[in-house]
Amino acid sequence: MRGWLVCFRAILLREALRFLHQRTRFLAALIRPLLWLVVFAAGFRTALGLSITPPYTTYITYEVYIVPGLCGMIQLFNGMQSSLSLVYDREMGSMRILLTSPMPRAWLLFCKVAAGAAISLLQVYAFLAVAAAAGIAMPPAGYLAALPALAVTGLMLGTIGLALSSIIRQLENFAGVMNFVIFPMFFLSSALYPLWKLAETSDLLADICAINPFTHAVELIRFALHGELNPGALGWVVAALAVFGLLAAWGYDPARGLINRRG
Amino acid sequence: MTNRLSISDLGYRYGDRVALDGVSFSVAEGRFCALLGPNGAGKSTLFALLTRLFVPHSGRIEIAGIDLARAPRAALARLGVVFQQPTLDLDLTVRRNLLYFAALHGLSGRASALRVDAALDLLGVRDRAGDRARDLSGGQRRRVEIARALVHEPRLLLLDEPTVGLDAASRRSITDHVHDLAAGGLTVLWATHLVDEIRPGDDVVILHRGRVLAAAQAAAIAGAGTLLARFLELTGEGTA
Repeated sequence: MRGWLVCFRAILLREALRFLHQRTRFLAALIRPLLWLVVFAAGFRTALGLSITPPYTTYITYEVYIVPGLCGMIQLFNGMQSSLSLVYDREMGSMRILLTSPMPRAWLLFCKVAAGAAISLLQVYAFLAVAAAAGIAMPPAGYLAALPALAVTGLMLGTIGLALSSIIRQLENFAGVMNFVIFPMFFLSSALYPLWKLAETSDLLADICAINPFTHAVELIRFALHGELNPGALGWVVAALAVFGLLAAWGYDPARGLINRRG
Repeated sequence: MTNRLSISDLGYRYGDRVALDGVSFSVAEGRFCALLGPNGAGKSTLFALLTRLFVPHSGRIEIAGIDLARAPRAALARLGVVFQQPTLDLDLTVRRNLLYFAALHGLSGRASALRVDAALDLLGVRDRAGDRARDLSGGQRRRVEIARALVHEPRLLLLDEPTVGLDAASRRSITDHVHDLAAGGLTVLWATHLVDEIRPGDDVVILHRGRVLAAAQAAAIAGAGTLLARFLELTGEGTA
């Protein structure tokens, strides 16, 4: 068991070092949600009226509303970035070193996802700190309560990235992931607007949003940031984690011969 | 002498295309065995099966007496691998690359550091331990990769065309180094398409279109002629 933990620590350290080496990635991860917070929220504040819905007990500004969604966006992009680096690793060969380790493959993949989730936590808290400095603060206890929620959502979104990386054969196909995974997941969720608001326009879109795992990730974060647990959202997120985890395990099964098909 | 690698009746196909067909051979302890074959012979597929990146459709692989299908973790723990593609993390130092690999095998702390230093010493690259892998030459990177493959003290070392892309001096140096490792008791399977990397006393398995055409000592396969001539004759390239 000690060997497993040694392996986990090494993968975590490697991902952290890789992240530190890519300063632009950190800046992009921080600036992207801040731009949304400053620019997008400024424009939409007047267009969207928000009613008092749980977990909120009073009227809130639009900036406060979208903070959990932007936390989720950071984790969504981070999960896809990890997926991209897995495809890159596979093309470059370093994935072979990982997969020929005598540790169980499922454990190795979990370590990769958990390391990515840990990186996303750093990014999210950096964003929350900047948002708080700009006057968009959450209840103090919420920052602590959000930690386990963010850990679970980070794992879930990382697992989606892992499952995708087993399907994507080449790095060039990654643009498709942006168009067909990240953007629909983000926009068809409660990140930017409440579902009841969307239902006023289209019941179908609201229904799609309601089954989008990202919606539940955002709601789990939203409630946690206000010190509350949303059991329904947690159930959805854990279920999505299990489904995509199984899909990733199947995708990386050696019987499928994933790595580089050559004679 | 016990076999460190035993392969029997191994088969693998990509869809309808047969990549390996009834491949059987073994490598005895402390031997340098060259897996010789032209491009597309099935060498890389065989290596992918030996490292369990793929699972064979038929046949059996034993590494140091352990069935790879039944006990993959125990078998992989006894295997050192140098892949054809470079697999170092270029932004990490040489030492950190090796420590990372050691940790993937569950090794840490002082024991791991000592093994890393010993492996770097063995390949003559300890003086570059603090340098980033990116700053090394191609030949040095290969040495580091070989050192890395030895950190967990494997029983069997696999190298898939490890001299590809290197200059003549680096090729010679690495070939000599690995022969020395075999002389020291390590079992080596060295995939190549270059006959000049093989010594007369080495074992040779000639693989062509997924089948074993010959398996014996290099001198015995060469007979009265040269290994190159015999290789070309067997693979049909000599008559082209």
